[in-house]
Amino acid sequence: MEPLALYIHWPFCAAKCPYCDFNSHVRERVDQARFRAALRRELAFEAERSGRRTLVSIFFGGGTPSLMDPATAAALIADARALFDAAPDIEITLEANPTSVEAATLGAFRDAGVNRASLGVQSLREAPLRFLGRRHDAAQAIAALEIARGLFPRLSFDLIYARPGQQEADWRAELREALALAADHLSLYQLTIEPGTRFATEYARGAFALPDGDDAARLYAATAEEAARFGLAPYEVSNYAKPGAESRHNLQYWRYGDYLGIGPGAHGRLSFGDTLRATRRHRAPEEWLARVERDGHAITGEEALSPADRAREALLMGLRLAEGIDPARIAARSVLPFEAAVDPAMLAACLEEGYVEWTPAGRLRATDEGRLRLDALLPALLR
Amino acid sequence: MTDTPLSQIRNFAIIAHIDHGKSTLADRLIQATGTVAARDMKEQLLDNMELERERGITIKAQTVRLNYRAKDGRDYVFNLMDTPGHVDFAYEVSRSLAACEGSLLVVDASQGVEAQTLANVYQAIEAGHEIVPVLNKIDLPAAEPDRVKQQIEDVVGLDATDAVEISAKTGLNIEGVLEAIATRLPPPTGNPDGALKALLVDSWYDPYLGVVVLVRVKDGHLRKGQRIRMMSNGSVHTIEQVGVFTPKMVPAASLGPGEMGFVTAAIKTVADTNVGDTITDDRAPAREALPGFKPSIPVVWCGLYPVDADDFEKLRESLAKLRLNDASFHYEPETSAALGFGYRCGFLGLLHLEIIQERLSREFDLDLIATAPSVVYKIRKTNGEEIELHNPADMPDGSVIDSIQEPWIKATILVPDDYLGAVLTLCNDRRGQQVELTYVGNRAMAVYRLPLNEVVFDFYDRLKSVSRGYASFDYQMDGYEEGDLVKISILVNAEPVDALSFMAHRSAADRRGRQICEKLKELIPRQLFKIPIQAAIGGRVIARETISALSKDVTAKCYGGDITRKRKLLEKQKEGKKRMRQFGKVEIPQSAFIAALKMDA
Repeated sequence: MEPLALYIHWPFCAAKCPYCDFNSHVRERVDQARFRAALRRELAFEAERSGRRTLVSIFFGGGTPSLMDPATAAALIADARALFDAAPDIEITLEANPTSVEAATLGAFRDAGVNRASLGVQSLREAPLRFLGRRHDAAQAIAALEIARGLFPRLSFDLIYARPGQQEADWRAELREALALAADHLSLYQLTIEPGTRFATEYARGAFALPDGDDAARLYAATAEEAARFGLAPYEVSNYAKPGAESRHNLQYWRYGDYLGIGPGAHGRLSFGDTLRATRRHRAPEEWLARVERDGHAITGEEALSPADRAREALLMGLRLAEGIDPARIAARSVLPFEAAVDPAMLAACLEEGYVEWTPAGRLRATDEGRLRLDALLPALLR
Repeated sequence: MTDTPLSQIRNFAIIAHIDHGKSTLADRLIQATGTVAARDMKEQLLDNMELERERGITIKAQTVRLNYRAKDGRDYVFNLMDTPGHVDFAYEVSRSLAACEGSLLVVDASQGVEAQTLANVYQAIEAGHEIVPVLNKIDLPAAEPDRVKQQIEDVVGLDATDAVEISAKTGLNIEGVLEAIATRLPPPTGNPDGALKALLVDSWYDPYLGVVVLVRVKDGHLRKGQRIRMMSNGSVHTIEQVGVFTPKMVPAASLGPGEMGFVTAAIKTVADTNVGDTITDDRAPAREALPGFKPSIPVVWCGLYPVDADDFEKLRESLAKLRLNDASFHYEPETSAALGFGYRCGFLGLLHLEIIQERLSREFDLDLIATAPSVVYKIRKTNGEEIELHNPADMPDGSVIDSIQEPWIKATILVPDDYLGAVLTLCNDRRGQQVELTYVGNRAMAVYRLPLNEVVFDFYDRLKSVSRGYASFDYQMDGYEEGDLVKISILVNAEPVDALSFMAHRSAADRRGRQICEKLKELIPRQLFKIPIQAAIGGRVIARETISALSKDVTAKCYGGDITRKRKLLEKQKEGKKRMRQFGKVEIPQSAFIAALKMDA
């Protein structure tokens, strides 16, 4: 049986950031005990279905899971360890915001079993932090990073770049400061305007402009260059790590492994023999809670994915990785011959253009140039 | 109600430039004679096709019968003939005019005579019409009746002393027009006892009645039950109904000499009823047909393709339906590598093309791509064979071509003096040969011979823009001449795009080739691979542009919760690719072709 990763979604935030289209909600009061009980019920429900498997990772995402009662994390981690066979090097990640309040609770999460933190720093400059609607300043972010580094053996943080009017030199300087803060893992995202966000409205109205494709490409190249100086390699489109510091949880997604998702709006992929089931849950926190309390789960849709869908998902995720994909693995995960999943003429054209390449180990990977254009590459390459 | 004495019938047409008030005047005449009850009055009653109404142009000829008691106390029957108002329909206009004895020449008293008016008035003179000048919009502050009268005398050569001054809009002096029709236009002549000769003026398809034929009886009578024969093709039909237009169709016992009206005879398609044909009695046929009949020949061709390939069948049906009502356009199936399955269609002119295209989209809800319009070339091959080329894609290899002939036109352009220079430059750039240049007040009339091929390529638009809309233009076909013509192929990613190939004079080839390459570079979005775009004559590249590959296109965040959405997006993108055309590893959105082709039209 495929090993498992477990994703737990905490849907609440102190405020909604204008760029964020995640399933996050602002509530004055959250009944921590009821949500804890409901998450535990969903976990038990999923474990019952999946059977006892090796568990490689737990990831508390959100929302802002650092606003969760650390006891909830502790209970869920304990449950997971009891229901599955935790791998010896199991990675347990908590997403956190670098405000002083949250920094103060990090110790409790460490005690609950969390061994990796991912902080939403987003920028080390005051004006962009305000533009991005963040509730912390650069100094608080740095302080939180210091605390986290003392608590967790593994640490990552996020930055958002290719912001309106951002100059390459300024970004290089900001990034170098960030790299000097000695995290072994960074997620560096170019600002994307997601539909339905406040930024989408403002952008449509012309309130601000984003760098064009050429500028965005230059900033992307500059980012990889700076990261490389500090020994961080882009192992995925937006993720940079020192060797061995890659996020095991996210690798599980990109390598198209099995994962359970519990909590409002969480998605899962779970294989049983030759079938692979995709699961999603109700997104609204209160409705999710009511359904779990009534039915033991809040699944709103579950389907067995077709071989073609599986191949597409495996490829669209796998080609984000610098390591690329193993055709045999794609074929096994999709029960579709690799040759049926990609268009041979386009594959030849992309190989010739240098967008993809075969590694000596027989893996197919998108080159730097290919990954930069992956959204155009995929529909061309995939059948 | 028929068999009116010839002396009390007046058949007349109204000649006017677009916007000079023809339809408004017609409405006023209809109202003033009480032909249509006030509550049934709609603006521009005669133009009953939505498109005609909107564009203010008449496509089909129509008549309306007006009853008028004149000041002399006699009851007259006026048949108002509404003629198609555009140069593309010059032949149809000539047949409508042949059905009348007189015309009202309506001229906007503030604007004066336009080129189109001039062409039509000359046709009316040729048809032997008595012409009464009418000055419209006399109520406008800018009206200059004396100047315009002078112009009519100078340019048209008509005595305008007694021009009727009116305002069709306000109804001013409509009575004067009616009296002028009765007193100044001649009655028709004809022999009631002669063999039947009726002029087929126009026809249209009615879903209930079959083809409705608009006729003008010259000699003899048309009666219900009569077996009639079309003299051009010998086909025979039995009349189901005859009648007149009020403008509603009202049955009558018979139609005699001088009368206008309709005939229905269970005719299934207008292709059986040729404009200008002579209808006679099958049992007692006339010995010779009325003069002037010409079969209609398309002069401009283009490919029409459905944007959505699934609509091909619908396009086929729609073209067949349209042809029921318009035999002057032709269509034959055609296949294009770039655009798929479609039809090569022939038209009387550019406006005709535009009308058909618009009707297809409007009445049949079809989303269409039209290729660049092409004229008909006559190619003589080295083996002596002669072929007609409707589509540049079918051009034989240069090595087997002896010579190519192209159609020329004689164009009349009226333009205010200020813009004359620009208009002459435009005509000269388009290989025009000046025939005549005369002045009429502060306006110049330039008569040019031009290759039609230069006119179908954005000539109207250029003329409009260089004259700020003040130039008016009219043309007639003027024979074929040999020309140094080449076929320019457009290659996208080294593959020829058949739909974009076109013919041009060698002297214009480089410029035209460059233009289209530049345009395509703008229109085709950057994509995964760089795309070379070339224009070539045979194997020789004359222009080249390159669309560079897109620089960055990748989703920043993609985790476990994003896979489903991302996959669905991918599926949608692949679906979208079906609307694209593949050129090797490059896909070109159809919208880019459409835009490129629009530029040409």
